Amino acid sequence: MTSQSQRPRVALFVTCLVDILRPSVGFAAVRLLEAAGCDVFVPRAQTCCGQPAFNSGDREAARALALQTIAAFEGYDYVVAPSGSCAAMLKIHYPRLVAGDAEASARARSFAERVHELVSFLVDVRKLGTVPGTFAGRVTYHDGCSGLRELGIKRQPRELIGHLAGARLVEMAETETCCGFGGLFCVKYPDISNAMVSRKTANVAAAEPDLLLSGELGCLMNIAGKLAREGSAVRCRHVAEVLAGEMAEPAIAEGDTRT
Amino acid sequence: MKPAASAFTTRSAAALADERLQRALADVPGGFVAGRARAKAALPEFEALRRTGRDIKDHALAHLDLYLEEFERNAAAAGSRVHWAATADDACNIVLDICRAAGARLVTKSKSMVFEEIGLNARLQAAALEVVETDLGEYVIQIRGETPSHLIAPAIHLGPDDIAEDFRRRHSHLAPDRDMSSPAALVAEARAILRPKFLGADVGITGANLLVAKAGSAIVVTNEGNADLTMTLPRVHIVLTSIEKVVPTLDDAWVLLRLLARSATGQEFTAYTTLVTGPRRTGDIDGPEECHVVLVDNGRSELLGSRMREVLRCIRCGACMNHCPVYCSVGGHAYGSIYAGPIGAVLSPALVGPHAAGELAQASTFCGRCEQVCPVEIPLVTLMRQWREVSFGDARPGRSKTLLRVWAFLAQRSRLYHAATRAGAALLHALARGRGAISRLPFADAWTRYRDLPAPQGQTFQAQWARRQRRQAP
Repeated sequence: MTSQSQRPRVALFVTCLVDILRPSVGFAAVRLLEAAGCDVFVPRAQTCCGQPAFNSGDREAARALALQTIAAFEGYDYVVAPSGSCAAMLKIHYPRLVAGDAEASARARSFAERVHELVSFLVDVRKLGTVPGTFAGRVTYHDGCSGLRELGIKRQPRELIGHLAGARLVEMAETETCCGFGGLFCVKYPDISNAMVSRKTANVAAAEPDLLLSGELGCLMNIAGKLAREGSAVRCRHVAEVLAGEMAEPAIAEGDTRT
Repeated sequence: MKPAASAFTTRSAAALADERLQRALADVPGGFVAGRARAKAALPEFEALRRTGRDIKDHALAHLDLYLEEFERNAAAAGSRVHWAATADDACNIVLDICRAAGARLVTKSKSMVFEEIGLNARLQAAALEVVETDLGEYVIQIRGETPSHLIAPAIHLGPDDIAEDFRRRHSHLAPDRDMSSPAALVAEARAILRPKFLGADVGITGANLLVAKAGSAIVVTNEGNADLTMTLPRVHIVLTSIEKVVPTLDDAWVLLRLLARSATGQEFTAYTTLVTGPRRTGDIDGPEECHVVLVDNGRSELLGSRMREVLRCIRCGACMNHCPVYCSVGGHAYGSIYAGPIGAVLSPALVGPHAAGELAQASTFCGRCEQVCPVEIPLVTLMRQWREVSFGDARPGRSKTLLRVWAFLAQRSRLYHAATRAGAALLHALARGRGAISRLPFADAWTRYRDLPAPQGQTFQAQWARRQRRQAP
């Protein structure tokens, strides 16, 4: 019981995209967090971090969602999200959104201190040295912009990919260039978004990977959707799936090959 | 019903289909972006210098009135006449009056964005003055009747072939079969055309990259030396610039100039850096008889007191454009505004109003690369988001606003939200019929026109997790 009680209590911020589109990423995150010695909880009152409202200029709705999310995650040692952009929203933008209200501001700051993006949490906080997954083949990694620039996540996913037995990391050109997803940008400006993702998939193709990984499901939907349209053989997965060895589900945009 | 395509959308679609433009834009990463990266790598204190630059600008802006008055005193003491222009129209009138008083017929200009902002060329030409741009890129776009598409490289949207065509058309007095196959030949031709203009001009107008309060000096940088010929040869020199360019001392100016050259082109210092402190003094062998400084406000005082204040730190290096994936996809003209790219998306709505230019702040993925390279750390994403807040408040209820409202309503009611997402995931999964992706979905045409829509796995994580918890419960 003593050792059990020393395990940190980690609340998973599922993210709306993982919840709706790719639950296997959530289960992979749970498995990795458990492998890193954490007890995992999934607060039921969570919905979305509020980025669609925040980045559309609806500050009031974003603020309401910030307060709701902060309340839903009271009482845990850590809050971990399998997405750099959602984690940045929780960690960086929530305190700014509620600034002006002293009480909410204090809560937001204490909340923000506990928030981490999944992969950087595993590496930097939990010092995870081995991973359950394996992958035989060439892997390339796409840096999501928010994770990269707002949270400084670059080294951590590559470090864990280095622990994947059989995997060889091949970097593509322009890894730090946006893929053109940008939340609602991709549907507001489809032509420009297409130009950007086409450049991205050309860089992917040139690196000749078997598998493209990222910590950002939004980018993955965009890149995998484009690769599928182009008839590419490159598979796309969230990095957590491969690290956790949760590979039973077909890759993103890949048909069900199990039947 | 489909909403009418915005002007930005129409222009950007044309830009994406323009093969010549796309070829010209393809050179940006290898040129400016690689140049900046090399300059940054060669200067270990570059990041610290950015913070110093930011602090210098913030300090100057916080005491703008004091430094502008100090500049005026010291510039006047050096013999310059300082004029204050509250609006673009005032600025044009001041310049016209100076030209008339000088009996001017030919005016040479050295590239400045403020001229474009206030529409100076049109006003001078309407007054029957011959106006000649002397920066090579600016000269090219002047003869094409275009506006600059970049802060420091106004003709970046053109290739050498385009320029050769324009020169053949415009310089029709030259031999039609002359060799124009090399950039050097184009430069030589422009030089030969411009030289008599430099010598014959009555008034020369330059901008200023910085104003130094303590010295009463304007600093002008170029790589072509054209500003020096513009300001030294005519009888009258006019410096026309905007009020936020002032910094307290020369030491402050050096910091910003080191940042400017590295951020703009990757140079350690611009080829020509000239300090202008009044007209020709007794004993000087050259220089103008009169020196005027026109300080343009044109909305900046209002910006200074607003949430957008940080945009006034900008030193016009263009790094945010060079590193912007949207700018590099569509070029500067698609923005339909004098200032393009991330800085344009923030500055233009302030100058011409959010109704005219508010959409520019929408056309960003918020990837944040602009902020990362800005030499004075302007929080460009935050400022674009603030413009989106202004637009959201002003917008009539349309389809996207209604959808956003419905989504926000659900997201604030977790039970209802989870029920809705369960239904949505199941529906989309069913539509995919066992395939991993949906290739055409009428209400998601903006997505499926160009890419497949990866299908959801079918059940939500929350639903599966709840089942798993029930199974595990004692």
